[in-house]
Amino acid sequence: MKPKVAFFDFTSCEGCQLDALNLTGEELTDLLNAVDVVNFREVKTQREDNYDVAFIEGSITRESEIPRLQKIRNQAKVLIALGACACIGGVNCLKNHLPMEEVKQIVYGKDAKYYDTIPARPVNAVVPVDYYVRGCPPLPAELLKVIKALLLGKKPEIPNHPVCVECKMAGNICVFERGTTCLGPVTRAGCGAICVTSGRHCWGCRGLVDEPNIDSEKDILKKYGLTVEQVVEKFKIYDTYVEVLR
Amino acid sequence: MRQLSVNVHQLTRIEGHGNIVLNAKDGEIKELRWEVTESPRFFEAMLRGRYYEDVSHIASRICGICSIAHTTASIQATEAAFGIQLSEQTLLLRKLLYNAELLESHVLHILFLVAPDFFGVDSVFPLVETHRDIVLMALRLKKLAYNLAELLAGRKTHPLSCVVGGFAKLPELGELKAVRERLEDALVDLKAVVKLFKTLNIPSFERETEYIALKDPKEYAFISGQIASTDAGIIPLSDYLKVTNEFCVPHSTAKYTRHKRDSYMVGALSRFNLNHDQLLPSAKRVAKELGLTAPCHNPFMITAAQLVESFYAVEDSISLIDRILSKGLKEEENRVGVRSGRGVGAVEAPRGILFHDYTYDENGLLTKANCVIPTNQNHNNIQKDMEALVPLILNQSEDKIRHTLEMLVRAYDPCVSCSTH
Repeated sequence: MKPKVAFFDFTSCEGCQLDALNLTGEELTDLLNAVDVVNFREVKTQREDNYDVAFIEGSITRESEIPRLQKIRNQAKVLIALGACACIGGVNCLKNHLPMEEVKQIVYGKDAKYYDTIPARPVNAVVPVDYYVRGCPPLPAELLKVIKALLLGKKPEIPNHPVCVECKMAGNICVFERGTTCLGPVTRAGCGAICVTSGRHCWGCRGLVDEPNIDSEKDILKKYGLTVEQVVEKFKIYDTYVEVLR
Repeated sequence: MRQLSVNVHQLTRIEGHGNIVLNAKDGEIKELRWEVTESPRFFEAMLRGRYYEDVSHIASRICGICSIAHTTASIQATEAAFGIQLSEQTLLLRKLLYNAELLESHVLHILFLVAPDFFGVDSVFPLVETHRDIVLMALRLKKLAYNLAELLAGRKTHPLSCVVGGFAKLPELGELKAVRERLEDALVDLKAVVKLFKTLNIPSFERETEYIALKDPKEYAFISGQIASTDAGIIPLSDYLKVTNEFCVPHSTAKYTRHKRDSYMVGALSRFNLNHDQLLPSAKRVAKELGLTAPCHNPFMITAAQLVESFYAVEDSISLIDRILSKGLKEEENRVGVRSGRGVGAVEAPRGILFHDYTYDENGLLTKANCVIPTNQNHNNIQKDMEALVPLILNQSEDKIRHTLEMLVRAYDPCVSCSTH
């Protein structure tokens, strides 16, 4: 009996689910031989409420999403947060820095009364999460790795070292040498340092490593004449625990 | 006495969340609505106070399908605000990157989201067994588009290397050459899609509306030009608010728009209607082969226009790569001079004209943002199409009506979470 897999989207851009379809013919065939995709609104019409594994994309930003998520948690044997919004709150948390009434006013003006919103939160702020597929967006390879591990009855191994390690391996020149702030020293790896390799810096979309070396990040900032405030501003984009650095 | 009730909760095979509601009794329509229920994310509020360098990174997250369009519109708004001129090299690379997303998005819609309706299945998954060649072809085309975007911007979804003023990293010429060969193969694949499309029975519904798209005298416009309307002619970009006239309705978290009529259409068919004479030769031939002639007032033909544009994207990419290869690429200095001011950026996203409008303070911090999204401009037109279509099909079975309405909304390839943002 193949495990039944379901994909659900909450408040998000749906990029994580769409990237999950960036597969080769072989990968898709293998996947469909191993699992039954029973619920995937974005690409599939029929839905089944009986599933084993639920992937959740998006963060929770409306009251009505809470019971919907709880219902999914009750049904799923395994619940996996897919992408930065689900894992750590993601960009949606940027609105949390303002009162919700003001946020609604800015966008909808006099019609703000029609719409409801609550401060954005990750999935694990509402229900327990079994596994995390991190990143904005996650790498399709990592998603496949997690699915494979589950099929083998193993715990998916997600790195718990900082992006800097992978960045060195990629042969990049350190971003700090360019005088730019980077969150690589405290952000969980697994992305191959794709942002730095593409000429940018790390924004911390995969969240912090379990025990971030905050003192070391502060030392680096000092060495390069950068401030904690600058790095906190970068952290705000995915709202990865701004408080930790303070 | 005939009671008719269609209630599609969370329409499938579209991006985002929307419902179709129809209630009729004895041939009289009591209720008919396209409802947009997507959670708003409040991007205009979230962008406030952000430094210009981070603005396109955040704005890209408006959409997971057309993040290159949002990144480009965002960067162009910032460039307009700061008065930045682009090099020819940057423009060539930006157009090439843009084509990658256009191709991927159109292929996703035509073969993954729309095709199952015509094969009588609920998704692309059963087609892996029954129509393996088509699925493999779709995955091949998608992979090519992803790889092209990866070369230019690190990745397709939420691109990295395209920045205000230029590119943070340049692609390798050898890799561009290799992709060029695959683009030639893609033309063969796309011809097979045309062959398939010709066998489909496209509903023959017509409703003329106002069609709006960017127009550039030099080329079939995607990232340049002014606003063009079939009702009002050319309108300068700076006057976009006079075109969009956004307003709220309680049953939609996305704003609606209207211009000269009750509603207007944006997207592939609008572009085709306004700019068809600027298509490249193979795309023109395909339009003819598909029976697509301007002006076309059948929204179900949006998918045909997307197929025509897929040819354009591939053909144009080959010629862009040839130009890049003949000129070579050189590292360019990119010094961004921050200044206070307002700038409007407009592009043709796969689903239509997209505006980002930013105001910055003298430190390069964003003080005000406004984003008008293609699908939020199409919602009202979808509603008006439904109102014109339903009376024509009201005597059909409930199932048939439901399916036709689903196909109508799907034809627009709505990007609903993007439209609400």
